[in-house]
Amino acid sequence: MAETMELRDIEVWDGNMAASHALRQAQVDVVAAYPITPSTPIVENYGSFMANGYIDGEYVMAESEHGAMSCCIGAAAAGGRVATATSSQGFALMVETLYSASGMRLPILLNVVNRAIGAPLNVNGDHSDMYMGRDSGWIQIDCYNPQDVYDMNLVAFRVAEDHDVRLPAMVHQDGFMTSHTVQRVKTLSDDIAYNFVGEFNPMNDMLDLDNPVTHGVQTEEDWHYEHKARQHHALMSNVLPKIQEAFDELESLTGRKYNIVEGYNMNDAEVAIVCMGTSVETAYEVTKELREQGIKAGVVGIRIFRPFPLEQISALLKECKAIGILDRSSPNGTVGALYNEITGALFNSDTNAVVNNYIYGLGGRDLTKTSIHSIYRQLHENAQAGHLTTPLQQFIGLRGPKLSFF
Amino acid sequence: MEMQNGWNTFEIGTILRPFEGSVTDVANTLPEDRSYSQSNSYSASVADWRIEKPIFHAEHCIDCQFCWIYCPDMSIISRDKKMVSIDYEHCKGCGICVEVCPTTPKALLMFPEQQDETQALSQWPQKEKKKAKDK
Repeated sequence: MAETMELRDIEVWDGNMAASHALRQAQVDVVAAYPITPSTPIVENYGSFMANGYIDGEYVMAESEHGAMSCCIGAAAAGGRVATATSSQGFALMVETLYSASGMRLPILLNVVNRAIGAPLNVNGDHSDMYMGRDSGWIQIDCYNPQDVYDMNLVAFRVAEDHDVRLPAMVHQDGFMTSHTVQRVKTLSDDIAYNFVGEFNPMNDMLDLDNPVTHGVQTEEDWHYEHKARQHHALMSNVLPKIQEAFDELESLTGRKYNIVEGYNMNDAEVAIVCMGTSVETAYEVTKELREQGIKAGVVGIRIFRPFPLEQISALLKECKAIGILDRSSPNGTVGALYNEITGALFNSDTNAVVNNYIYGLGGRDLTKTSIHSIYRQLHENAQAGHLTTPLQQFIGLRGPKLSFF
Repeated sequence: MEMQNGWNTFEIGTILRPFEGSVTDVANTLPEDRSYSQSNSYSASVADWRIEKPIFHAEHCIDCQFCWIYCPDMSIISRDKKMVSIDYEHCKGCGICVEVCPTTPKALLMFPEQQDETQALSQWPQKEKKKAKDK
């Protein structure tokens, strides 16, 4: 039996440590990992908890990220609670197996500490890896700080393992900005955290020897389409209500309130920025300053990236006059992915909003308050003009001549 | 079992059940006595994949079990370590059993799929006499 760890009500943790403690409190059966910067400390801390008797489980050192996720798939099919962590190139190597995990309906938890994808090789944060996972059939939850990471890990286990869901989940945090920046994290006791996640309830597990089951079978044109439809249906219909349920219970337990889409100063906002990760809180700071100057500025933070809460986002944004969508991933040949999705969400609404796209922060380039101020200034001009006064897509915080498209 | 007639009716997770209902001690149950489900490959005949088939001549067999060990499709039927027959529903005619058969003449030989078994057995090669060694 694993030992209980006495935690202070408020611990000083970085995002990685917050994730490690959430995995420990959930009493994961199997962690198979191939550590990669900046997610390394998640499994490193976990290994030390295990060595010190705080975890009953298996830690498997894999030969690659592809192997790590493959081990997780095997362990999940066998009937265990399973988790791991990765970043960047390691995430890229996992991609093939991510589709197996979701298609096989295995509720694995993957902590993704967002990092740029080379070349040029870069260990710092941007959202390239998160974007790479967006069609893989996983639930994707985004965090803005270590407290979010702790809470969202607990939520993710609970939702992913629900028998009406049975889908794997990623919990995203920004490399270094969240993963290595220590902040105050309000904790739950081991008992309360475990009870919130709930006892793992296996489904069609391979270790049920009286009811043998073959996992990962082949279907061709006869049934493949139906399987994919069923999976999409579960992701679209069952996940958001279960997340809302978990958010509600977490709120009653802790007083901390999370939303499917996070809106800050959005009630009467005329200009709004939509962004993810640590940028959300920076933008929130800027809106407070702008409101003192009489500009009705708001922020929409994406909390659940997949399944994409299209209706909720549209409802929150459609009254705005100008919207700036921030993408922290090189769009490589089109508009940013978030821009695409949000303009798509707004297209059939009665909005008159003018929407443009900002690329920023690639490879860990800082997003300063000054940059966000200048974005809001442009949005304010667009709002007053009622049309785009600037190019649609602009690179911000970039050295050299201004770069823009469309 | 529910009819599989749409995207919302099958069990989730790309799974198949090898047996109808629960099983106990299946490892000690002979294949012919197991409750294999329709989706189990045991229930599917692949006899028509074959253009040549192995025929078994019991008189020449020494029950070494090489064929049973090497057969990639578990199509050598052996009971109590005695070679019994060939499972022609699952044999694909690869010829490995014939290749590994150590007797002279072999107890397993490949014949065209249409070959009559009685006739094949009657035409089986005879044991060769030992040649005098060169001195």
